[in-house]
Amino acid sequence: MEIKTVNITIDGISVDAEEGSTILQAARTVGIHIPTLCYAEHLSPYGGCRICVVEISQDGGKTFIDTSCTHRVREGMNVQTKSPRIIRARKMLAELLVSSAPNVKIAQDIAARMGILKVRFPMEDNRCILCGLCIRMCYEQMDGKALGFAGRGTKRKISMPFNKRPETCRLCRGCDYICPAMIIPCHGVKEPGELCGRCVLLDEMPKCCPTNTFGCFCDKNPL
Amino acid sequence: MDIVNVNKIIEKYQEKRTALISILHDIQDRYQFLPEEALKIIASRLRMNLNEIYGVATFYKSFSLIPKGKHSITICLGTACHVRGGPKILREIRSLLKIKPGETTPDRKFSLNTVNCLGVCAIGPVMMIDGKFYGDMSPLKAKRMIEKLSKNTKKSGGRS
Amino acid sequence: MRKIKSLSDLEKWRKDILRKQDEFETIISVCGGTGCHAYGCKNIKDRFIKTIKENGYQKIKLRFTGCRGFCERGPIVTIQPQEIFYQRVKEKDVPLILSETIKKGKILEHLLYEDSMTKSRFISEKDIPFYKAQKRLILANNGLIEPTKIEDYIMLGGYQSFSKALFEMEPQQIIDEVKASGLRGRGGAGFPTGKKWEECRNATGKLKYIICNCDEGDPGAYMDRSLLEGNPHSILEGMLIGAYAIGGRYGYIYVRHEYPLACKNAEIAIKQARKAGLLGDNILGTDFSFDVEIAKGGGAFVCGESTALIASIEGRAGEPRSKQIHAVEDGLWGKPTNINNVETWANIPLIIKNGSKWFSSIGTEKSKGTKIFSLVGKVKNTGLVEVPMGITLKEIIFDIGGGPKDGKPIKAVQTGGPSGGCIPVSLFNLPVDFDSLKEVGSMMGSGGMIVMDEGTCMVDVAKYFIHFLEEESCGKCLPCREGLKRMSQILENLTEGKGDEESLYLLEELGQVVADTSLCGLGKTAPNPVLSALKYFRPEFEAHLDKRCPAGVCIPLIHYSISETNCIGCGACAKICPTKAIEGEKKEVYHIISELCIKCGSCREICKNDAIIVN
Repeated sequence: MEIKTVNITIDGISVDAEEGSTILQAARTVGIHIPTLCYAEHLSPYGGCRICVVEISQDGGKTFIDTSCTHRVREGMNVQTKSPRIIRARKMLAELLVSSAPNVKIAQDIAARMGILKVRFPMEDNRCILCGLCIRMCYEQMDGKALGFAGRGTKRKISMPFNKRPETCRLCRGCDYICPAMIIPCHGVKEPGELCGRCVLLDEMPKCCPTNTFGCFCDKNPL
Repeated sequence: MDIVNVNKIIEKYQEKRTALISILHDIQDRYQFLPEEALKIIASRLRMNLNEIYGVATFYKSFSLIPKGKHSITICLGTACHVRGGPKILREIRSLLKIKPGETTPDRKFSLNTVNCLGVCAIGPVMMIDGKFYGDMSPLKAKRMIEKLSKNTKKSGGRS
Repeated sequence: MRKIKSLSDLEKWRKDILRKQDEFETIISVCGGTGCHAYGCKNIKDRFIKTIKENGYQKIKLRFTGCRGFCERGPIVTIQPQEIFYQRVKEKDVPLILSETIKKGKILEHLLYEDSMTKSRFISEKDIPFYKAQKRLILANNGLIEPTKIEDYIMLGGYQSFSKALFEMEPQQIIDEVKASGLRGRGGAGFPTGKKWEECRNATGKLKYIICNCDEGDPGAYMDRSLLEGNPHSILEGMLIGAYAIGGRYGYIYVRHEYPLACKNAEIAIKQARKAGLLGDNILGTDFSFDVEIAKGGGAFVCGESTALIASIEGRAGEPRSKQIHAVEDGLWGKPTNINNVETWANIPLIIKNGSKWFSSIGTEKSKGTKIFSLVGKVKNTGLVEVPMGITLKEIIFDIGGGPKDGKPIKAVQTGGPSGGCIPVSLFNLPVDFDSLKEVGSMMGSGGMIVMDEGTCMVDVAKYFIHFLEEESCGKCLPCREGLKRMSQILENLTEGKGDEESLYLLEELGQVVADTSLCGLGKTAPNPVLSALKYFRPEFEAHLDKRCPAGVCIPLIHYSISETNCIGCGACAKICPTKAIEGEKKEVYHIISELCIKCGSCREICKNDAIIVN
């Protein structure tokens, strides 16, 4: 069966993208890198972190900004993944992210990649970045339907209903597995020339569950 | 909490998912908050996850998972009321009752809330007590009303 | 109540109602809107009923009508056919109205509207300056009908437009009429209504939904409340016409739960329409079936956004989603859904009745028809104002609004709610329509118009709006959730005198990114109030960098003192001061102790000699 394609342009490169695919998927087929955070290939796209935003114009019309993980390709679409407007946006998003969760490795990674050297907002210490991957993993892949968002706005949290594990949770630990924040951050340079080595020993590092769903290991391994 | 009542409410709305918010309003009106047991019944009868109901109950400002006070005081902080001094009234009530919006006094007499517009802007600043609207408020008037309520005297609406 | 099964049934019913009307000589209308309720209009209505019965007054029809839109003058009582308009009526005035005005034809002067400047009094509504300059088409019937009586609506020609649409027009014809009229959505975005209807009609799928958005989240706006409360059948009629044109089968009226009376009246109207055979299966004997239900909001401003509203009706949290595919194709439960604002729906019966040419003759080239604004804030006459599009801000605020309220000069007007912006008085010659206000960094929005004077601090206003949006953000996307929080922190610092030049730059930078990258309209337009305030009132922001608040509002930056020239030594302020910060001797100038002063303003409120100075 032939796959229907549409022709779009990403960063000046002509791409024959599969009809119904997203800009992110199309970009990946030709090796164009767009940073992501709340995206996982096997789960539905969420469009919450906005890191993967790109500048789009349709048939030469006025440009608009949307997330590449959710926006579907259309014939005649022109996409800019690194325009000045997008770079400026991503930098600010990274700054907002890392000022909210400075001890979360992936937040630091994104900030480092965007070249953020200082943060102009008062630092907080959130461990959960509200990407929602654990919820989507629980619902879509593991069929546990035990995790969800609670509250609204800056008080939004990921939790189990009434903070109790529902019967449908089978302790599959899929949420731990997919969580990008569940890695203990770098301790930096300890002695001159000596690195903490945690990033190298990632598989052996004890993990800290940011949503406190299962109780925090951090009691045994303080950060 | 009476299971019969909760089921009656759900039946009134024919177990429709589109009526979830209305069901929660009715339960809250009856019990002054949303008991965990009630939400579990709703989840089972509407064929939804408890988790989804919990998400809805915590998302919308009108719902409370903890029991509220006997008298519900709501101060409007809509723009028109703000410009006419709404925050001053809030400050007065806060210092009187010593609680923040969203909280209930230890003696369970008063619950304080704020709302972002009641739609009666022309008579602002507006305060709502137990569902009744009072316009042209001032910190002084508000203070006197609360003091009266504390002494259990009824007050009805009217031009003061 | 009767069930009508055909067009002729409807006409017969109308004639019967009109005949019954002729039996009455006098009609007394008591406004029963929410605002008047707060001033005890129910007691007034009950007193009328009691007094009429006790004294055996004959041939008087008493109506408990919907909101008249002049809420600050409530309770309002009007008398027909004499066309007398009484305002600020008290319960004790009721027997007098009956014995003097109705029986003897004598006007009660103290109940007439009086212009505070000229001191002239007005007897009829149409002469009162507030109403004179308005063009009340949609709000026309609010004072003439009892919203809980379908007979009143039918009497004034209700459901005639729907009958015309159903029996004399084809669906595409109706859509073409709406397109030709130039009607644009009244909820704020101003999307051409006819185009939206057509897109929904052409979407694939047999099951389609029609929704009326009465979330009206903009604080300061209450047009929709007044319409749904005061004339719910006009909305139902609009929805019926829309459903017939689009092919809708079921409808929802989404009402914010902070509007209990609007909810109640709409529910009664739906029940009555069902009983009369105007909603349900085989309406008026045709194969067109349509029914409507009320869906309640739970206290979330974001649910005014169409995708969040849909989520709310589906029993989920009000989280918006990407709008690449619009609701007209993929909406409620994945089906094609047409959502329109209450005021938009209210326009439809008028357009069908009078024609698109009539409608497009009102307003400007790109903004047709009338618009209802809620004029509130620091202006003399506050209330709902219905005017043709294209009227200037100046005319609304000064001619209809009567100018400044407390004697302080007007500084700005905030339009469009939290998605709009502040417009300085120097731009008041601008016409009000969908496009002109956008050009200066604001927008017309749903119609909220909040007038601000010299006593309003624009930094405080900016802080207010950002704080509001921060609280109302659903929290799904990073820029809105975190960005608004940080903007709020910066503005909080500014109002405490803790900012520097960098703060202003950061506000602008943040604002731009939040506007660019937010998922939904809430985030995308959130920076508008701040950025427009910065644009037009930058000196005020810079004063705050110098730890000064020129308007005398920001508590940490102001200082209360007593004027030596004005103080008469009455001691009223000292008595009322909650922290006992004022001391003095009777008949001598009093003095405020700064360290104890919490700047609550109670002294300023109680002083009759204007002796409290704030700087």
